[in-house]
Amino acid sequence: MSKMMARPTRTGLTKALVFIGLILGALFAGLPVLWMFASSFKSNTEIFAYPPRLVDSSFSFTAYTTVLGDPQQRRFFFNSYLISGLVTLFTLIVGTLAGYSFSRYDFKFKRFLNLVIIGVQSVPPITLMIPYFGLIVWLQLYNSYGALILTYMVFTLPYAIIMMTGYFNTLPRELDEAVMIDGGSSFVVLWKILVPISLPGIVSVGVYTFMLAWNEFLFALTLTKTNDMRTVPIGIQLLMGQHSFEWNQMLAMSVLGSLPVLILFLVSQRYFIAGMAAGSIKG
Amino acid sequence: MAKISISNETQNLTWQRMKRQAVPFAYLSPTLLLLAVLSFIPIATVVYYSLMNNVIITKDPPSFVGLDNYVKILSDKNFFNALGNTLFFAIASVIAHFVLGLLFAMLLNSKVVGPVTKSLFRVIYILPWVFTASIIAVLWRLLLYPNGVVNYFMLGAGFSTEPIEWLSSRQLALPTVTFINIWSGYPFYMVSFLAGLQGISEDLYEAGKIDGASGIQLFRFITLPQLKPVIISLAMLDFIWTTHQFTLIWMTTGGGPVRATEMLSTFTYKLAFTSYEFSLASTTAMLILALSLFVGVFYVRNQRSANE
Repeated sequence: MSKMMARPTRTGLTKALVFIGLILGALFAGLPVLWMFASSFKSNTEIFAYPPRLVDSSFSFTAYTTVLGDPQQRRFFFNSYLISGLVTLFTLIVGTLAGYSFSRYDFKFKRFLNLVIIGVQSVPPITLMIPYFGLIVWLQLYNSYGALILTYMVFTLPYAIIMMTGYFNTLPRELDEAVMIDGGSSFVVLWKILVPISLPGIVSVGVYTFMLAWNEFLFALTLTKTNDMRTVPIGIQLLMGQHSFEWNQMLAMSVLGSLPVLILFLVSQRYFIAGMAAGSIKG
Repeated sequence: MAKISISNETQNLTWQRMKRQAVPFAYLSPTLLLLAVLSFIPIATVVYYSLMNNVIITKDPPSFVGLDNYVKILSDKNFFNALGNTLFFAIASVIAHFVLGLLFAMLLNSKVVGPVTKSLFRVIYILPWVFTASIIAVLWRLLLYPNGVVNYFMLGAGFSTEPIEWLSSRQLALPTVTFINIWSGYPFYMVSFLAGLQGISEDLYEAGKIDGASGIQLFRFITLPQLKPVIISLAMLDFIWTTHQFTLIWMTTGGGPVRATEMLSTFTYKLAFTSYEFSLASTTAMLILALSLFVGVFYVRNQRSANE
């Protein structure tokens, strides 16, 4: 009797506690982002107005039109899209080929190479920065798209290979054999069978790769020099370095700079989270 | 007729075997080329630089100096200051990421929450993760500005009588950048723990309940042990990545005030591109690599045992 009475109140209490926890957590995670978003619509003088208000009378899209109207800023965005897009494309091609090799073949040094690829992920970018500077100058790629596309692959590729190997490992080899018996080459197996089936995995690897490339800062800072080669993160830093802080422009640019990643993430989050879970931890 | 076809078949088999040995390397060739150019050669170069003087931008020709650069760096108290800051930053971040990530994952995994509410909260919780470090820097500089919104509430609630200089006080700068890093990094854990929690069989909990285990006991003896492999991988990977963090520091404090938030990464960057001491910068770069590889070896070992 007492047990039956206690049950509902206890679950009620748990429920209340969980919801309080969830809301506190959402405030912790979401409020700073909301504040940034709201402030990007304020005028520069109202951003630190006292008392602070989420939305005030200075609400306008001026900061956005200024940023988007400036050819310099538009160039930052163009560069970021181009570089991240190409890095994603190349990483997916190279990573899929390597993942196929690791998943379907046994060969000498396979274990060793696998370990090297996992190990490359722990090499600090700052260690690579100095030799990259020399390498890129030597390759005559300094201050070019090629410099960034090439160097970004050092951190996008290992992840892509590990993930793709994992996906292909989940697909039965009988699929390959069926194609092989029909006279298909190994490349046909990959291109016609494995790639279409693992498209969700490829999408999630692609999204993550794009995010990594879009967010990269250190190599973009050291391997490019002129403003027409700079990317969005560096563009934001350049705005910060100016004498008078154009806060609202900086915030508008930050919001615009987060949009592609946010949209990609929201669209593909189901694949993405499943992919993360399947590959990143187990390797 | 039959003979021909048999010999054809054996020929075919030898051919296939040879092809089978070459094919995996053909598929791997772009990767191997990229890894050589982007990883092995640069690391060899940085080892070489660290043993030389006058490299990259110099008037004099390079000269071999042996371990002199290492002696110089290892007797520099600024290097140890940066090392200490980096360790504090990384260890505090890893612990807080773990706690917050697990807490949020368990809240989201709770059975009392409906699926729609759950996915809404999940998106909000992941938000900090989708922002790049330079945007996170802008965001928190806005919030923590002396006349900004955080100080408004600190003053209003009576925690302080004057605006707090979060990022430009020598005492507060390091805890503040660590807090920012905690805020931006926990979702990675949360997402992984969510997947991990969903993988724990309900039967285990049922069995535990039948044995009369309390909620805390269920957590301690079922949830934590089941998540252990994930926890270890995440903590090591996060530790390595956090010790590499450059952008966030560079865009919030630049390592200041007066080296209060100087990390190994900013220390190395300044040696290279502010002082043009590329040899010394290569030396610290090697020491950071050694630290990362030390943890990395454990990470690889752990991954391998998880795979087998």
